[in-house]
Amino acid sequence: MEANPRSTGRLPAAFLTPGSSSFVDFLSEHQPEMLPGNRQLPPVKGMVEAPHGTTIVATTFPGGVVLAGDRRATMGNMIAQRDIEKVFPADEYSAVGIAGTAGLAVEMVKLFQLELEHFEKVEGAQLSLEGKANRLSTMIRSNLGMAMQGLAVVPLFAGYDVDRGKGRIFSYDVAGGRSEETGFAATGSGSVFARGSMKKLYREDLSEEQATTLVVQALYDAADDDSATGGPDLARRIYPVVTVITEDGFRRLGEQESQELARAITDRRMQQPDGPRAELL
Amino acid sequence: MSTPFYVSPQQAMADRAEYARKGIARGRSLVVLQFADGIVFVGENPSRALHKFSEIYDRIGFAAAGKYNEYENLRIGGVRYADLRGYTYDRGDVTARGLANVYAQTLGTIFSSNAEKPYEVELVVAEVGDEAEGDQIYRLPHDGSIVDEHGSVAVGGNAEMISGFLDQRHRDGMTLAEALQLAVQALSREPNGGEREIPAERLEVAVLDRTRPQQRKFKRIVGRQLSRLLESGSGSGAGAAEGDGSEESSSSEDAEE
Repeated sequence: MEANPRSTGRLPAAFLTPGSSSFVDFLSEHQPEMLPGNRQLPPVKGMVEAPHGTTIVATTFPGGVVLAGDRRATMGNMIAQRDIEKVFPADEYSAVGIAGTAGLAVEMVKLFQLELEHFEKVEGAQLSLEGKANRLSTMIRSNLGMAMQGLAVVPLFAGYDVDRGKGRIFSYDVAGGRSEETGFAATGSGSVFARGSMKKLYREDLSEEQATTLVVQALYDAADDDSATGGPDLARRIYPVVTVITEDGFRRLGEQESQELARAITDRRMQQPDGPRAELL
Repeated sequence: MSTPFYVSPQQAMADRAEYARKGIARGRSLVVLQFADGIVFVGENPSRALHKFSEIYDRIGFAAAGKYNEYENLRIGGVRYADLRGYTYDRGDVTARGLANVYAQTLGTIFSSNAEKPYEVELVVAEVGDEAEGDQIYRLPHDGSIVDEHGSVAVGGNAEMISGFLDQRHRDGMTLAEALQLAVQALSREPNGGEREIPAERLEVAVLDRTRPQQRKFKRIVGRQLSRLLESGSGSGAGAAEGDGSEESSSSEDAEE
């Protein structure tokens, strides 16, 4: 290697080394300090206070998968942001929703999106859905050091598996452990309530429209009982982010659609504050 | 050890240039043309998998003639450069000019270094702007020079003749079909003055289309869409960039964008 490749302006040798199609691998060899997981946190007493994103829910339906998130970020007892977005497209056929430390989560999503795009450009083909889920797992694991200090990031990954022709959901823990979920899943502080709600409402033959209604109902129930989860804010026109991934790719519900959905649910809850009732037996 | 023969620097450079040029001339030519909605890459390539044209970044495309392993290496280096830059700063801070500079420095250093053999490649780096005036096309010959091109450019074996042909016939604001047909005409010309037929299956075509709603403007044109564009009479090809038969290479259909 040259003494200082940058002084000549030419591409450093690492750029022209064939082999890896992974941007993260390239970065960890060439500029490891750029990777979020490699940053050293100074020793601190107790938890680090940073805005936290909360509830993400997902459900499959025949032909695809729906991933949605509320819009609230909290810092302790305070609402840090009421219109934060926590659900992002990862690529054309997958999306990722993130609960946990908002700042780190957004950076991790950015790196994850880039990782998938980089692979696609270098290889000329997309990663399989399993491959994408595994990459995300590795990235969360590299953040373990910060997670131990309270800066955890816990995503929910959903995508349409082009090979199998169906929607799939993967959930993670702070250590990067990955598990595939059947039917529905939730993560974040309100996930307990959201999961309970979805358990009663989920059916295997949901239509796309019913699936989007289901996730917003679940978020409503989560917001009902968890102070860190925000419900639909009709006055400010802030509604949950709802995304649908099918054979046709990623789609985010537009302003109009999410408004109608949120309003319909809120109107029904005016009569029945606890939401739809399931059968007793 | 015997005393080496003295070779004058001029002679040494001329030999290296000759070597690189011969290598490049063995490959088929390719052309890059501006059209009304962007930039189109057209080349003859019997392979469906080993591409001559590729996406580097949102608005930047890459074309190369010459030795495959060498330009593939440079292409991947370019993708890494662009992705790293976009990750460090912002997606908007990745420019074709910056990339062309890095390529020129790389090719130039290798060309004048005695430790390495010169690369037998000629590159084109193109960036599509919001308006036709913002389009940029850079041609990078084997020796590290940069040529800022306008309208049309040809690289590869028969490049001089083809670019002469294109210069006379290319005009601003052509439709995609017109530009494509002109490119195929130019590529079909033989050095001896004759013409040969290039079937659609042997063509590799890609566009940087500024009218694409996605952030990533690069798209390959294949199959039915390609044959339709090749057959359509001049003037009717406008807006034919979208439609079936196309391999969507873009992935992030950002709803927020």
